[in-house]
Parts: sequence; structure tokens; C-alpha cells
Amino acid sequence: MILAQIPPSELRARLAHGRLALRVGPFRFSVASPFASVSEGMATLYPDFELAAEDEFIDFHVSVAPPAGMRRWVRPQVNFSFDGRVPFKPLPASQAMPMLEWGLNWVITNHAHQYLILHAAVVERDGRALILPAPPGSGKSTLCAALVNSDWRLLSDELALIRLTDGLIIPISRPVSLKNRSIELVRALGKNVVVGQACANTGKGTVAHMRPPTESVRRMAEPARPAWVVFPQFIQKSGLTCEARSKSTALVELVHNAFNYNLLGLAGFNALGDLVEACDIHRITYGNLEQAYTAIDTLTRG
Amino acid sequence: MAHSDLVVTLLREPGNAAKLTANEWDVLVRQARHADVMGQLYARLSEAFQLDNVPEAARQHFETAWNLSHRHRLAVHWELLGIADTLALLDIPVVLLKGAAYYAANRMAAKGRLFTDVDILVPKSALDSVEQVFIRNGWVPTHLNAYDQRYYRKWMHELPPMQHARRGTLIDIHHTLLPPTTGVRCDAATLIASAQPLVGETELGVFKVLAPSDMVLHSATHLFYGEFDRALRELVDLDQLIRELGTEPGFWPEIIARARQLDLLNPLHHAVRYTHLLLDTPIPTEILNKPLDPKMGAVRQRVLDALFLRAFRPNHMSCNDTATLLARWLSYVRSHWLRMPIHLLVPHLLYKGVIAPRKKQA
Repeated sequence: MILAQIPPSELRARLAHGRLALRVGPFRFSVASPFASVSEGMATLYPDFELAAEDEFIDFHVSVAPPAGMRRWVRPQVNFSFDGRVPFKPLPASQAMPMLEWGLNWVITNHAHQYLILHAAVVERDGRALILPAPPGSGKSTLCAALVNSDWRLLSDELALIRLTDGLIIPISRPVSLKNRSIELVRALGKNVVVGQACANTGKGTVAHMRPPTESVRRMAEPARPAWVVFPQFIQKSGLTCEARSKSTALVELVHNAFNYNLLGLAGFNALGDLVEACDIHRITYGNLEQAYTAIDTLTRG
Repeated sequence: MAHSDLVVTLLREPGNAAKLTANEWDVLVRQARHADVMGQLYARLSEAFQLDNVPEAARQHFETAWNLSHRHRLAVHWELLGIADTLALLDIPVVLLKGAAYYAANRMAAKGRLFTDVDILVPKSALDSVEQVFIRNGWVPTHLNAYDQRYYRKWMHELPPMQHARRGTLIDIHHTLLPPTTGVRCDAATLIASAQPLVGETELGVFKVLAPSDMVLHSATHLFYGEFDRALRELVDLDQLIRELGTEPGFWPEIIARARQLDLLNPLHHAVRYTHLLLDTPIPTEILNKPLDPKMGAVRQRVLDALFLRAFRPNHMSCNDTATLLARWLSYVRSHWLRMPIHLLVPHLLYKGVIAPRKKQA
């Protein structure tokens, strides 16, 4: 059964009682929230995700709910909690849905150390994965959205999960996070593109999430072998440049993009070493999405 | 199986792994994570050849915790090298306490355990020079406000914790085991005098660890005079220490004599009772049969049992019925009661409850 099969009223009730559990890539999450914005957000962004069975083991129990006390009513706030513990300061209640997404990222990067986790988007075509590691502002998510709305499959927008045992990338095709001007840009990509409610005045500006393509969600159990690493850099009005990077430079840059490299020690070093050995590595700068798409298409077909 | 007792049951009887449902594994992992005993529970399951009975989904979490504990060991080792360097010129005995000691002395209690800080014990006469040398070598005092500084220095058994500016690691520098305000006349000089060098380890050779009976007594003291926020983890430490050291010939007569000498019969009494009751720790029958603490009457014991047996449950929603919440709160209050006489406790709680929050707002 998938989430879209639950009627809205039941979805809301399930969320309110903490009885919504989803399979999200290799994890099972249980999500609780009394907020209407969260139940609408889940319906918009996660419709194709499978529900976990009634008695299934749940990896992470999370909730986004109002804090105790006055802030339930006066300038309402929302807390993210992981199994009863609250790792962050509260945010305005209107940011409940983005907070859930950020909280899920935090839970994964802080606990799933069976993977080397890179801050990167990952897409796949013909069984081979392209990793786009980048700091915020590089246009990574926008580019990722454009790629997965053409002939690439979404493996992840934020977190590249590299399995330590075999170096494969494990898909976790959650919603793609968009900021500010990229929201309109992505909405304009096509009729099938679904972008959730935009949320203004967050710490990152206006944010919204794009629903992952149905096909990507359906194929979430299929890992992919990494074949390319491309470091993207969006520069307004710039032309296209594309250059190969040495494996050693790439390794150092990837270390900076990893969440748990230090924690994994030698296993992390070996995983990254194997990754750069196996991949063609490039850096591109681009001024618009078409340029970037074409460059990536050429690189990955050539 | 009652959900509220899952983690304790599994620590005691890892063989129960075969009987758990998927939902019970779910609750077990959450309790173990909250109690900070994931790695230790993995060790128990592994020693009891139960890993094959752990479903794949749950095993992933245990393996991650186990690997993390290895990473922590490396980090503690590295930290100890830095501390050894820092103290090299002082020519004083430095005794490792708690986790760092279990690691350095290669005790079973270190298996799967995570470490939050390094605790050391130094002679009180050397306290000033030790503090200075840490500050000169990159450690920064925490708790910088005047009240906390004065409070620690006047009433506590340790300096305000210090944090390394670059590594972010914490060190607690103790001059004795208990705050002088407890009224327990535990003589630190005796403990330092009987401390033992590390066996076979050269790199950490400047450090000593407490003698076996003192190590158990300190662990007991820390738990039963402590705030009970990590009570189960500390009970697991005690269980492992007693299992390992309690089989040495002469251990039990020695620890009882030592507890009497150091005025620590009460925490030792609790330690043997609750490790045995909850974790089935082997304790000689003659010790269990007669209260170690002569002041422990039957009624008092029953009240304490009602309190502690609940307060050891993990602070997790699956255990939080009203009685358990109350027991946990009372254990916290009790720890303060034991640590400070009333004429100090009331002004302290007033400051912490009323004045400090206002200062923060101002």
C-alpha cells in the first residue's frame, strides 16, 4: 500500500496519533504531527512511498509538534523530535514541513553510519550513478531537479549513501529541496513537476520541496554503481566551462563534503578512495540549466 | 514481555533475543539508545552467541553502535596521549577514573561503551599547578560565571570541567571522589597511594588506575550519589566490573574492609543489591543475605527498592508511566539531598531555579 491510497482525513488522523510509518530507501520512518501543513505536505511530496507494515521494525521515530506551554498559541512554534529528544531550537509553526525534512536529514546523517554519507545529489542512468557534491548555493538541487525530470533517475537530492561493504549507492529518493529563485525555475520544468507549498522567511530564505518522480520512488530498492563525480558551480550569466579533476584533489574535496568521514576512520578513507578510483571526475561552471544538462549529457555518454 | 523492562531483561538474559517480536526489537533499540547502552548490549548478545537471532533491521543499529564505540576508543587513546604530554613535567601521580580507566586498564566494562569525557584524579596539593598546565596547553575552563566557579571550587570534588579549545574534548579534574559536602570522609590520598600502574601498556604508562576494589567502589559511589540521569549505563559498568574483578581471590573481604575504611558501605550495599537484582550479577550469597550497610532496615530497603528499580529504567517514552517519572524525579532529588546539607542546598537551588534564569534573560 502506498501513501496516496490513504484518504486525507485518515492521513491526518494517522499523523496525529503517530501511526504513519513509511519505507524511505533503506530506512523505515514513523512520523507524527498534528499540523495540517504536514499532512498536506506528506500527501503532496510522499504519495508514492510505501507504508510500513503494522508490526514492522521502525528505524527512526520522529515528530514535528508544538512545544509545551504558551508557544502552542502565542506566535506558535514547532519542535522536531527524534524519539522524544529535541535536537534543535524550535521554529515558527509555519515551517513544520521543512523542519521535518531537515530533521530527517539530521537523523540519517547522525545515525546511519553503515554508509559513508556525502552531502551530494545523486542521479542514475543505465545503472550508473552520477554524484553531484556541492555546498549550498552551487545550484546542485536545481540541477538535480532538471536531470530527474529528463532521463535520469533520482537516487537522492541531499545525501549520497555509499554502502561500505560494496561501494554501491543506496537510493533514498526523498523530495528535492529548492530555495528562492530555483522554486519557479523548477516549477517551469514541465507539467508533471509537483512542487509543494513554498515556505517564506526560513533560515535559508523561501524554501519548497519537489515531489520525487514516481518512477524513482518505485525503483528505490535498486542501488547503483558510482561512475561519475561532477562538482557543479552555478555562476549567474557565466558561460559553460568543464574541466577534468585529478582523483587526489577530488578525494580531498569529497572529504569536506562527507558527514561522517572522520567517524568511519579507515573504512571511510577506503570507501572514498574506491569511489574516486572508479569515477570520472569533472568540475563544471554554468550560467543556465540547458548548458549544464548538455555538458553532463556529453560527459556521461562520451 | 513488559515493554518497560525490555532493555534490562535483554542485558540480563541475552538468550531472550530469540523470543522478541519485530515490535519489541523496535522498542528495545530505542530504549538502549536512550540509556546509552547500545554497544554494551551488542557485546552481551555477541558473547551469548545471539547475533543470529537479531533481525537484520535491528542488527544494523547495533553494529553501527559497536563500530562507533571502537571509534571512541581511538579518540580516548588519542586524548590520553595529549593529556599525558600536558602533565609530563609535573611529576605527580595521575589516576584515570571511570571510562578512561576502564579503557586504559583493558577492563570488560569498556566493551561497546561510549565516552563523553576523561576523568582524572590528582593530589589536592597539585590542583593549582594541574589547572595552570592544562590552561597553558589549550584547555579552557567552562562554567565561566562567578557563581559556578565559586560553587565548584568551594563545594565540589572537582574543578569546573575544562574543554580543549581545538578538539572540543572535555576533562574533569578530581581531587577526591565525592563532594566534601556529602559528609563522607573518603580519603583521596589513600586511593592515590593504592592506585596501580597499567599492565603492559607503555604509551599510557604515566597514568595509573584505582586498585580493583577502589575502582568498583568509585563506580558505585558515582552512581548512587549521582543524579541518576544515566543510571542504567552506570549499573552496566558496575555489573561488568564486578563480573570481572569479583572472581579474584580475596576480592570480597577486601572491598568490604575498604568500604568500611572509606565510609562507602552504603553505595557498596546498593551496588551489589541492584546489579544482582536487575542484571543477575554474581555476588556471594553471604553478602546478599546480610545488609552491608548496618543502617539499612527492612522498611527503608523496601522504599529504596520501589524507587530504584523504576529509576533504572531508560528515560524513554516506553517506560514513562507516572510512577517511573516520579521515581526518576525522587532519585534526582535524593542525589542532591545526599550531596549537600540543607543549609547549602536551599540557597543553591534558589540560585539555579530563580536567579540564574533571570540573569540569562537580562
